[in-house]
Amino acid sequence: MEVQFTLNGKKVSTEIAADTVLLNLLRDLGCKSVKCGCETTNCGLCTVWIDGKSRLSCSVLAASIDGHEVTTLEGVEKEAAEFGSFLAQEGAEQCGFCSPPGFIMNVLAMFRELKNPSIEEIKEYLAGNLCRCTGYMGQLRAIQKYMEVRNTAVNITVKKMGGGEE
Amino acid sequence: MERIDKVQNLIPEKPEFVHSNQEKGEAIESLKIVNRPVVKKDAAALVTGKSVYTNDLAPSDCLIVKVIRSPYAHALIKDINTARAEAVPGIECVLTYKDCPDKRFTMAGQTYPEPSPYDRLILDQRVRFVGDAAAIVAGTSEEAVKKAMKLVKIQYEVLEPVLDFRTAKDNPILVHPEDNWRSLCPVGADNKRNLCAHDVCGDGDVEAVLAKCDHVIDRVYHTKANQQAMMETFRTYTYLDAYGRLNVVSSTQVPFHARRILAHALDIPKSKVRVIKPRIGGGFGAKQTVVSEVYPALVTWKTGKPAKIIYTREESLIASSPRHEMELHVRLGADKEGNIKAIDLYTLSNTGAFGEHGPTTVGLSGHKSIPLYGKTEAFRFTYDVVYTNVMSAGAYRGYGATQGQFAVESAVNELAEVLGMDPTVLREKNMVRQGDKMPAYYGEVTNSCTLDRCLARAKEMINWDEKYPYRDMGNGKVRSVGVAMSMQGSGISAVDTGAVEIKVNDDGFYSLIIGATDMGTGCDTILAQMAAECLECKPEEVVVFGVDTDISPYDCGSYASSTTYVTGQAVVKTCESLRKKICERGAEYLGCKPEDVDFDGEYVTELATGKQISRSQIGNNVMCFSNAPLSASEAFSSPVSPPPFMVGMAEVEIDKETGVLELIDYVAVVDCGTVINPNLARVQVEGGIAQGIGMALYEDVVYNEKGKNFSNSLMQYKIPTRLDVGTIRVEFESSYERQDRSERSLSEKS
Repeated sequence: MEVQFTLNGKKVSTEIAADTVLLNLLRDLGCKSVKCGCETTNCGLCTVWIDGKSRLSCSVLAASIDGHEVTTLEGVEKEAAEFGSFLAQEGAEQCGFCSPPGFIMNVLAMFRELKNPSIEEIKEYLAGNLCRCTGYMGQLRAIQKYMEVRNTAVNITVKKMGGGEE
Repeated sequence: MERIDKVQNLIPEKPEFVHSNQEKGEAIESLKIVNRPVVKKDAAALVTGKSVYTNDLAPSDCLIVKVIRSPYAHALIKDINTARAEAVPGIECVLTYKDCPDKRFTMAGQTYPEPSPYDRLILDQRVRFVGDAAAIVAGTSEEAVKKAMKLVKIQYEVLEPVLDFRTAKDNPILVHPEDNWRSLCPVGADNKRNLCAHDVCGDGDVEAVLAKCDHVIDRVYHTKANQQAMMETFRTYTYLDAYGRLNVVSSTQVPFHARRILAHALDIPKSKVRVIKPRIGGGFGAKQTVVSEVYPALVTWKTGKPAKIIYTREESLIASSPRHEMELHVRLGADKEGNIKAIDLYTLSNTGAFGEHGPTTVGLSGHKSIPLYGKTEAFRFTYDVVYTNVMSAGAYRGYGATQGQFAVESAVNELAEVLGMDPTVLREKNMVRQGDKMPAYYGEVTNSCTLDRCLARAKEMINWDEKYPYRDMGNGKVRSVGVAMSMQGSGISAVDTGAVEIKVNDDGFYSLIIGATDMGTGCDTILAQMAAECLECKPEEVVVFGVDTDISPYDCGSYASSTTYVTGQAVVKTCESLRKKICERGAEYLGCKPEDVDFDGEYVTELATGKQISRSQIGNNVMCFSNAPLSASEAFSSPVSPPPFMVGMAEVEIDKETGVLELIDYVAVVDCGTVINPNLARVQVEGGIAQGIGMALYEDVVYNEKGKNFSNSLMQYKIPTRLDVGTIRVEFESSYERQDRSERSLSEKS
């Protein structure tokens, strides 16, 4: 069967079997950042966005994404590199097998959803992203520093624009 | 010195969580690149999801290889009919035990002659656990292979298995009755007794000392098998190159051992095998066993076609190389004042169906737990390692030390209870200190040890004195704190060898060619930092290449906590030798004698005249006019294995009614000598602790009464999420082996 969808901003049309899993289709289409870690929706490595929401691509039938928008890390590379540099500053990317695909996708999704998440909210939001290395503490430090820098940048911009109350 | 200042500006400052020994602190403060949190060389590729791992790189025309696995814990294959399976369109071959050499080998990645017995065939007529390989199917698509697997008809003669490791020794049922089973080293193995290893060692008369003790703690502890559960499962692809050689790209910690093992297993010359290691998605010891390599290698060797195997998570959990399950009987004797006088330890270790790492892991259970107590008058350490019909165990972070320390440290805490003594005070009284001889650690002396300071600092960090012994929270819950000490080695003394080569290229940049395997640990970066320090250049001027067995100098691989210490010393030696050669070459180009010049990292200068030639120019000159290449290569092997130490303290909250336990806080203070890269060191310790928390609280490989493994997915085999590990805080109290360089190992103390 044929399926048509938008992948990282580009229209894609491809032949698939009815039982093709989205994870495998995405890798076949060259999005090698998407990784399989468990096959049972426990690890979060295969996280992609469907219509802007985090989904586990190992449990999505490719047939069901007809007409939808799929984003993988390849589609948000600049943003991933920006946050990723904070991860690298902490040495928290470690083996890197879980961090780029799933973890970073979910972190970026979190920042779209929550403005200034607390430590508890961060842990809760990312609980489904396993890291065996395990860089949980380093990842948390990276997120906190990223938020610090981003908030400072936002404040500076707001001040420059004459906004904000002194 | 202006250049050095510039370099320093690029290098982040040493963070606050690293403390230096004050007397020797100056030597460390003068380091420019080492002891700084340099970002990993592969970080940019990793965080943007580039195709750098085995399965990302495998050619699309690889045959898909899968293994048909035994449903029985113990059986003989009476007949295999492959005809219908081979007829499935797209199937290239179905291989059985009849297609494999009858030469036994071990999958353990260890230096030859391996202590692990030669007890395996690629495929054997006897299957020894539920999940053991019975046949190999290769075809052009996953669908075809899966279909064919169902059509292979195997007739088994089901045999009684040995499932309880307590009854394995001298059991009439033998896991390895075969006559061509071999043990290459004198480890006390005897396949006719289900024994993979046995030994007794000691110092002093344990029984006599125990008889005189006021208190003897006599306890049996049972530690379970745990899975490394690295996020990237086992995987390998293979192909024949233009010279007809077998090329193996694999997620492995031990490329050189893999080359030798594959040559043994396939019964082909080693010259026919080349092993390449790409980026690795975690190993933790699992990939110190050649778990997946033989299957596609056999397929490619038989068919001439590229082939790949990607283990499913299920395969990675049922047919892999988990931690050895152990039962440890500790007898600990002390006087009324709490002076520990004797330790008697018996370890029974379950190696499963094959002996990978069986004879070696067990040794650490005693040799790295008993020496923590430096004042004992006598010790005895006895062990048996037995075969059973469950999956083979292997190497997992800590490598047996974890199990032994759990038992001995638990017994010491129980002694504290009996004595009514604070367990930290009991440890202060008895712990090994700098200068102590450690009879149970091969008689080595602790030349550097800040275990006492680690304990003191950990107490401060967790606020021990306020929290011990417990606090009733008033809501049905109590909070309490606990303590344990830990030690490891830094490589296997006199065995582990690391060599590196450094070349000077045009414009003077360096290539550092290594055989050590970065598996996410950051050793490519750490070794480059050390090279940059010694060669007085920026870390980015050192390009790292590893690992390809055709190109890399020999390195035993990354295990036994050896890389930073052993391969690191090889880097230092190579740099010294290269600096000498750069001086010689510079002098030649300047027309003077080598002893009249100095090299400051950037220029070779004739001291008398001030005439200079830059490293860049030397590099360019080397590339033309028939100049000899400019490179150096040195190896290192250490006669000793200086132990790193750690003190860990945990605060937990327990619900008195339900027994539910929550980890609140965990602090660790580590003495690993000079910290080469504080960030990478910190995440190594945090990671080890998080895995230890999983092991202590709930990770367990569970079998049913027929030997079927129930822990076959991450649904059943739970590893900690970020909600489960509390807050982990790590600091370093660094001691120094010698004034110049004294980094030791790190990652295995949890």
